[in-house]
Amino acid sequence: MSDTETGQKVRPNRPKGIVVIDRDRCKGCGFCVEFCPTGVLALSEQINGKGYHPPEAVAPEKCTGCGLCGMYCPDFAIFGYRPGKHASEVD
Amino acid sequence: MTTVVNPVEPLLRTERIPHIWCPGCGIGTTVNCFARAISESPDIDLDKLVVVSGIGCTGRVAGYLKLDSFHTTHGRPIPFATGLKLANPELKVVVYSGDGDLIAIGGNHFIHAARRNIDLTVICVNNFNYAMTGGQVGPTTPTTAVGTTAPYGVYERPFNLPYLAASCGAVYVARWTAYHVRQVAKSMKEALHKKGFTFIEIISPCPTLYERRNRLGDGLTRMRFYKDNSVIDHDADLRSLDIGFEGKIICGRFVNIERPSLIEAMDTRLSDKLGPKYQPIGNGT
Amino acid sequence: MKADPRGVLTGAHYIDGNHACSEGAIAAGCRFVAGYPITPSTEVVERIAARFPPIGGVFIQMEDEIASSIAIAGAAWGGKKAMTVSSGPGISLMMEHVGLAVMTETPCVFVNVQRGGPSTGLPTLPGQADMMQARWGSHGDYAIIALSPSSPQECFNLTIDAFNLAEQYRVPVFMMMDECVGHMTEKVVIPPADQIDVEPRHFTDLPPEEYLPYKADDNSVPDMVKAGDGYRIHITGLTHDERGYPVISADCQDRLVRRLVGKIHGNVDSITRVEQDQVEQADVVVVSYGITARVALRPIELARRNGIKVGHLRLVTVWPFPEQMIRELSGRIKGFVVPELNLGQVVLEVERCAAGQCPTLLVDHAGGTVHDPDRIYQAIVEAAK
Repeated sequence: MSDTETGQKVRPNRPKGIVVIDRDRCKGCGFCVEFCPTGVLALSEQINGKGYHPPEAVAPEKCTGCGLCGMYCPDFAIFGYRPGKHASEVD
Repeated sequence: MTTVVNPVEPLLRTERIPHIWCPGCGIGTTVNCFARAISESPDIDLDKLVVVSGIGCTGRVAGYLKLDSFHTTHGRPIPFATGLKLANPELKVVVYSGDGDLIAIGGNHFIHAARRNIDLTVICVNNFNYAMTGGQVGPTTPTTAVGTTAPYGVYERPFNLPYLAASCGAVYVARWTAYHVRQVAKSMKEALHKKGFTFIEIISPCPTLYERRNRLGDGLTRMRFYKDNSVIDHDADLRSLDIGFEGKIICGRFVNIERPSLIEAMDTRLSDKLGPKYQPIGNGT
Repeated sequence: MKADPRGVLTGAHYIDGNHACSEGAIAAGCRFVAGYPITPSTEVVERIAARFPPIGGVFIQMEDEIASSIAIAGAAWGGKKAMTVSSGPGISLMMEHVGLAVMTETPCVFVNVQRGGPSTGLPTLPGQADMMQARWGSHGDYAIIALSPSSPQECFNLTIDAFNLAEQYRVPVFMMMDECVGHMTEKVVIPPADQIDVEPRHFTDLPPEEYLPYKADDNSVPDMVKAGDGYRIHITGLTHDERGYPVISADCQDRLVRRLVGKIHGNVDSITRVEQDQVEQADVVVVSYGITARVALRPIELARRNGIKVGHLRLVTVWPFPEQMIRELSGRIKGFVVPELNLGQVVLEVERCAAGQCPTLLVDHAGGTVHDPDRIYQAIVEAAK
């Protein structure tokens, strides 16, 4: 399927990457939201057990699995990956 | 069924998470970088990788890593690491500690280890104060900033750490901020693969203390500040790397040279003098 | 286990106490020394610097005593038997790391060639005024082992004992020499290696999944590991549980610190080494240690010739103090005489244990030379009244 205007191939709605959030570890610092290069995340309205607003994927289709969210997170509460290419995939 | 885990997870003592660091503190961010550096280094035997830390917030890193780790006394991880490395040169020893620990009370050990070029990687997380004890000033606190022991503002000149390290003989010197996650990971990987005294300074937010007392916002504000006010210049004159209060932060890999490590120098000298009577302790690579 | 013959200089030597100490360390299997120059101890590390390279030892002169005292802990966790050497001012600097070694149960040896103090004091002259510092110099509750040689031969023998005790009890052990015994040249006989018993490090048999670094019964010593063997240990000076993880609670503190103290005090009978001469029938017992024990021999002999029943109790281990022995003696003798090259340190222990059952006469000395034997004689006569 191609985009007739630009000629670029467009995938059917499947994001390249997946973001995994451990809401309970999050301390709401906002690094992941800020430094996600494609704007996948925003701090959610809900709070976790510690009273912080963890992130949620508001635009998950934009996730490329770059993993920057995980690199920035000081609380080890989030990471992104590309299915099939992730080093930590364990059976 | 495939379970995907956070890349940092295998390196963590997960039974000790959550850690003690504050929201917006950059120490955890540096740990992710360390995990990335390790994961990109399959040649590094994790059983032989040892982390030695001192006392302070950054010193707590040792306790969260699932490696042989030693949480020693304030200022003294470097001489401990020296003894460890000399006793077993096969170990790859990393010192992971903070600005006050490594440079104030630990200053003497720092300069001598660099001078000797003992094969160590020293990761210094610089948050401009003594955080664990409540935000006292230290030898890296920028002039005019306040802290609990300088309520009217620092009037001393702080150390320029890359200059200090280089002048003492470090063979690898880099400075980044916690914003520069990719570069931090890359520097860590380079340093781990380089023989001799390798030094990485990582500027990090301390939102609860340094930033709050100096009204500089929270962790996120600081990370934005680092992004907007840092300049990467590998060729910068080391003398120009001072950090003023809210001034520009020059980052980069400033020094990357070769010279014999302590063990190499020792083996060479003693083999010269004693011939076959001396058994070199280094593996010579 | 017997000593590694490589490095054992079997034979009769004419050397001073400092040199004998170096040889004792080598015979004991010490292969890492970190030190810093300080009179009157420096010869110990100088000899080690020359002797180590051909026998697989590493010596490093560190930038200060603080660095030396923790470098040995690093080396111990790297698998080596390790020692540092200093005197008064340097030992004072090392105190924090004595505490670290105690808390992390790191086997190592601290040699103090005592000189006149306090402060810079008398760098080239003897004293015995660091005895209480050896016991209590670091902060917190803890127990220590300290040995006190009276001759260069003992400087050799007891250094081996010090290393053996350090391994057995996973504790720093003090060799309390002094300038006199350190710089005194006498015959020192070094036996063949197969006649020297050395205590190997007690490494665990357990696999990493089962091993807990600080799991031990009351008054017991956990088995050790070293870095690099896949155990992924965490070692901290913070109060910690059996896993080695910091636990900041009164409960954990009680369990840990009582075991650290009990490890030594609960095993005092196995650790204590004393030399007793005619103590059984004595009316007066001279309690002495180190060089002063040598000086006391003449006045004791003179007193015996003059009809006084004098026993000599020479403390080879000063810490842990042989409380029970003193307690028992105090019930049946006329008095103790305690000569020491200080203004009264070990005498405090004698008095404490005697608990007033008999008088204790201190023959003190501010240091700088050894006692005039006549003062010790007069004290014996006084005690015999």
